[in-house]
Parts: sequence; C-alpha cells; structure tokens
Amino acid sequence: MLRINEMGERIPLTIADTDDSSGKIRLVFQVIGKTTAELGKLTIGDTILDLTGPLGMPTEIKNYGTVMIVGGGVGIAAVFPIIKGLKKAGNRVITILGAKTAELVILQEECRQYSDELIITTDDGTKGMKGLVTDAMEQVIANETINSSWAIGPSMMMKFCTMTAAKYELPLYVSLNPIMIDGTGMCGGCRVTIDGSIKFACVDGPEFKGTEVNWDEFISRMKQYKTEEETCLVDYQKVQVINRG
Amino acid sequence: MVRRSRTKTPIAEQDPAIRKSNFDEVCLGYTLEEGAAEAVRCLQCKEAPCIASCPVMIDIPGFILAIKKGNMQEAADILGKYTNLPAICGRVCPQEKQCEQVCKLGLAKNFEPVAIGKLERLVADWALENQDFSKCIQNNEAKIGRIAVIGSGPSGLTVAGDLAKMNYEVIIYEALHDSGGVLTYGIPEFRLPKRIVKKEIESIEALGVTIETNVVVGKTITMDEVMNEFDACYISVGAGAPNFMGIPGTALNGVYSSSEYLTRINLMHSYEFPKFDTPIKRSKNVVVIGGGNVAMDAARSAKRLGADHVSIVYRRSLEELPARIEEYHHSVEEDIDYHWLSNPVEYMNNGVGDLNGVKCVKMELGEPDESGRRRPVPIKNSEFIIEADTVIEAIGQGSNKVLLSTFPELKLTKWGYIEADPKTGTTSIPGVFAGGDIVTGAATVILAMGAGKIAAVEIDNYVREKNKTPVTTKV
Repeated sequence: MLRINEMGERIPLTIADTDDSSGKIRLVFQVIGKTTAELGKLTIGDTILDLTGPLGMPTEIKNYGTVMIVGGGVGIAAVFPIIKGLKKAGNRVITILGAKTAELVILQEECRQYSDELIITTDDGTKGMKGLVTDAMEQVIANETINSSWAIGPSMMMKFCTMTAAKYELPLYVSLNPIMIDGTGMCGGCRVTIDGSIKFACVDGPEFKGTEVNWDEFISRMKQYKTEEETCLVDYQKVQVINRG
Repeated sequence: MVRRSRTKTPIAEQDPAIRKSNFDEVCLGYTLEEGAAEAVRCLQCKEAPCIASCPVMIDIPGFILAIKKGNMQEAADILGKYTNLPAICGRVCPQEKQCEQVCKLGLAKNFEPVAIGKLERLVADWALENQDFSKCIQNNEAKIGRIAVIGSGPSGLTVAGDLAKMNYEVIIYEALHDSGGVLTYGIPEFRLPKRIVKKEIESIEALGVTIETNVVVGKTITMDEVMNEFDACYISVGAGAPNFMGIPGTALNGVYSSSEYLTRINLMHSYEFPKFDTPIKRSKNVVVIGGGNVAMDAARSAKRLGADHVSIVYRRSLEELPARIEEYHHSVEEDIDYHWLSNPVEYMNNGVGDLNGVKCVKMELGEPDESGRRRPVPIKNSEFIIEADTVIEAIGQGSNKVLLSTFPELKLTKWGYIEADPKTGTTSIPGVFAGGDIVTGAATVILAMGAGKIAAVEIDNYVREKNKTPVTTKV
C-alpha cells in the first residue's frame, strides 16, 4: 500500500521485482485516476510519503511441472515475479501476455527471460497474435499438458480465463484486485466471496482459485466509487491546467 | 459549611442543530472558573472509592483539590503520575460505569456525582496548552534495555511511556501511517479531536519513545527479528478485524463494516473529499446495526456527512445498550432514530448490486445469557423493511491474525485472543508480554491503558532479572 502525500489515499500496487543488494523494489502502475496520475508526475529523487509492505499471502512457488501464466495489461507486472519464481523452482513456464495494443505490452523482455515459451496477443493485432488471451490459452492447452496456471489482469479477463481453464479442468489461480483501504485486514473493504464464504483479499489473498470466486459480485463491487473517482480526476486535471497557465 | 450544588456544573456544548453538520467537538469543556466550581463539589473522601474504580487508580481527590486551590500545574503533575493519556481518557472513558458510579456525593439522594471525567479533561487540556514538551529532560544514563511495542493504540502508548520514564529505549511499531490506533482511525473528531490525540502522542515521544509507522510486524519485520533485537516485547495490536453477520446481501454496494466507514472518515478524512483523495458514499438513508459506542460513532458520522435519515437497529432495548449514555443522548439530540428489539435478516438488492433496503425481524427478550443480559429471540412473521442506501455493521471486532499467524508458538485462547495473565501481561513465551484488546477482546481505552501500566512494571522486573543472570562464558 502506498500514500503519496498527506491528502492522499492509500492504494495497493504489486511488487513486480526486488533487488536485495540495493534494497530497491519495483512497482509498475497504469495511470487510470488521480492518484496514479499524480504518481506519474513524480521524478527521480522525489519521495512517496508512506509505503507499507510486503502484504498479502505469497504465491505457492514449487515445482508443478509445466505451468501456464497469463498476464493482461498492467497485470503483466504482477505475473512477472510469479513467472520468475516458478522458473527458478524448475517449472516449464509458458507465458501469455495480452494487451489492447502493442505499446501496452510491458515487461516483455523480462518475462521472456524466465519463460520457456512466450505468446503475445493484442486486441488490435498490432503485436503478436490478434485476439484475446483466452484464444492463446486454448491453443496452449491443445498442445501441452499443463499442471497449474495463473491469470492476472482486468477482472473480466480473469473471469474468462477461469471459464476457459475450467472447461479443461485445469486449476487456475487469479489475483484479485478489489478496493483496499488499510491492506492489513482491519476493515473488510476488500472482502470477496470465495466458495461461499467471506474472505479479505488483503490478508487471505490476493490469490484465490478462479472457480471459487463470485465474479459478478466482485465486478460489481469494483464500481462502487466510479462517480467519486471521476470527480477526483477531473478536479485534479483542472488544477493541472491552471498550473500550466 | 460549603453548600454543594446537587447537580454537576453545566458544561458548554455545540448546539445540536449546528453540530450535526460538522465534525467539530461536541463538548466544549469547562473553563477554569467552571472547573473550580465543580472541584468544590468533591467531598475529599479519606478512602475515596473513585480511586479504586479507576483502572489506573488516579489520585482523584488529590488532583481535584489542586484544581480547587487553583494550582493547575500541580493537578497536571498528579495526573501524570498515573496516566499518560489524560486528555483522551477524560473524553472517552465510561466514567458513569467507573469512577463516577461510586462517587459518594453521587450516592447521596438527589445528588449527581462529581464530574471527574470533565475535570480530568480540563487539567489535561490545560497541560497540553501550557506545558512545553520539548523541554522534557531525558537523562543520559545508560539505558536499562530495549523494548519493542507492537501497535500504537492506547495500551502500547501507555506501556511505552511508562518504560521510557523508567529509562528504557522503546520503539513502537505501527502498521498504519498514523499512530494512535482506535484513537486515530476509530473514534471520530467530534468526540476526540485528532489534534488532542496528536499532542498527547507527542508528549509520549518527548519521553524518548520512537514510533515507526508503516511497519506490519509479521510482514515488514518478523517476530524472530523482534525477539532477537529486543530484551522484551509488548504485543498490543488490538481487536481490529471486523465481524460481519454474514446475512444475504453482505457484498452489496453500500454495505460497510463500521471499521471501514470510520477508517475512511477519521484516518483518511473522506468527509473532506475531494480535498482529500479517499471517497465515501454520500447517502440519503443510513441504517447502522449494533448498540455499542462504535454504532453511535458511525451513525453520528453518517448524519454529519449529510444523510437525511439515520437509524440504529439494535436487537435488545435501551436498558441493555452498551454505548455510553452521554453518546446515546447526543445521538438522539442529533435526530438519530432507533429501532429497538430488531435485527437485520437480509440486505435488499436494487437489481444492479446496490443496497436499497434492510429487511429486519422484531425480537423479544428471553432468558438471561452468560453475559447476564436477556437473550433476544426473533418473533415469527414480524419482518419489516427499512429503506436504506447505506448500511453499516457495528457488531464488534475480532483478533487480527496477520501477526499471530506468523507466530504459532504463542498460545491463544479459544476465541483467538492472546492468552496472557491479566495481573502481569505475561504470555506463554518468556519476554513476550501482551495487553489491551488483543487479550480481552474489544473493551475500553482505559482498560487497555491499565493493562499497559501493569505490563510496564512486569517488563521492568523481567529485564532486570534477566540482566542479573550471569552471562555464560566459554570455558
């Protein structure tokens, strides 16, 4: 969780990579609202007021055999450490990266370094195969025996990846990204229904079995503050325009 | 002979019509003159029962006598001997169930007890205004030892303050970005101004206590590291994991836990959105479930956010209400409605995932349960619906497992709290002490402080004993 300044909100971001020797962590974010826009304005040497972590339960890294990992959009940053971990644990790693368009395919070289096979899909066909990550999943499943799989990205994508994997009875883990406030299990803002019971994504997750997630409820809860989020961004953009003269 | 007023000296409060749309403090506190007038009412009992019923055993007649003499510094010094957070306790303690309940004046026919809480608050506020904490002298003697305190709520702050006074090096680890625990994220500004909390915490830091925020023990640092680097530690992480009733519709938009609602408001300042970035729903009709102080705080906050109609659904009756009676009266003055003997059974969906009503059932009181209160039993076919776009569940909290799950050696009770001796704060592991809500379950600020005071003495004994044991050297 991080908070940029005194007036700021707390937002969750995934640790995409770490470097123990320099004590650095890598965070990748997409500008979608006020806080991320503000984060994007920071330059080298600026500080972030509050940073708390690491939070959540770690991915279960072990040798499964052959694994398939699907990353969509900014979710690619969240799959990267999983790809790296699973490769180091001796798995044969098949990676699928999907984005709307070519320039949104991030961390491609980093992912390739730890993947035995890498497939890229774009909605508009500007890079790799034209289509959705689920099309690539079908293709991989047709040719290989997969022992476990992960999908991280927009909620719709994760829902459809779950359906695709379920068709072949392939276990698939997703990393849920509900609204979070504290990120330490004290408010339940990030609650999700998993296999019929309430779980807090910040402490029980964020990874869950895709087939156990109540997707409709999860997707509906993501929209809770849509109006407020827009107000905040519009206000911020106005101030930016005034500052620029 | 002094003629004592039968009633407490009246205290100024913000007009209900005005205060229900702001977050400023409701009770404005005594002036020095009003305080002196109230101090005169104290009987100065030789064996004062008020002292024994205060969890930290403040010399109540002593500090009240000092007010009466007009010596505020002396009054502040007396308080300081017993409590590290007087401005907070004077405001949020349930005095009617503690010191003021046994006040001999109050026990006399037609007399109200001395307003002990309001006098404590007066002295503490005076001290925060008039004392310069930067001049606090820290002695340069070698420290006796290093103590880690996990959690910066009232219990942790108390233990830290007391140990610092005994010349220990104390580091408090706090998971959130601001310290204070429930004082900061839970109790709203209109009951406990955050500038008071900040100042009181500064006065503890001035004793030489270091507070490290954004540290989640069990994640950011492990218990192993804590045990290796410190002579002892005190776990005071509170009972901060919200319970949900788990009835149908709990996941609908508009359903909050009181912890989330109050954290957004108090810690994140969402009532000042969009000046502050964290949003909160601006609702028309709000229903709060529960009858404790937290339910009152949530309901009164919702009113201040501009809700047209706020009601509290409580499964028992006014007689069993666990909230402070003062807060109940304040809530009624602010137009909060009550549905007594009612319990929610379902949150209604408007068809697109948003809440549009709370279905409740009427209750009747049966036989007393283990707590001695009559058990509420649902009445068949008594369902009714309250229109609502927001519901806040304030039905209590449990223990947060983030730290405990990484520390399986520590013995827990069957309810998941830490098993600790209430007389000493010692746990199943030598050198690990615990107190406050993580031992007792959700209780009061003053009980958490009391546990901290006891543990500070025990920790001091433990470290001195350990230091006495000769270090084994290689032959």
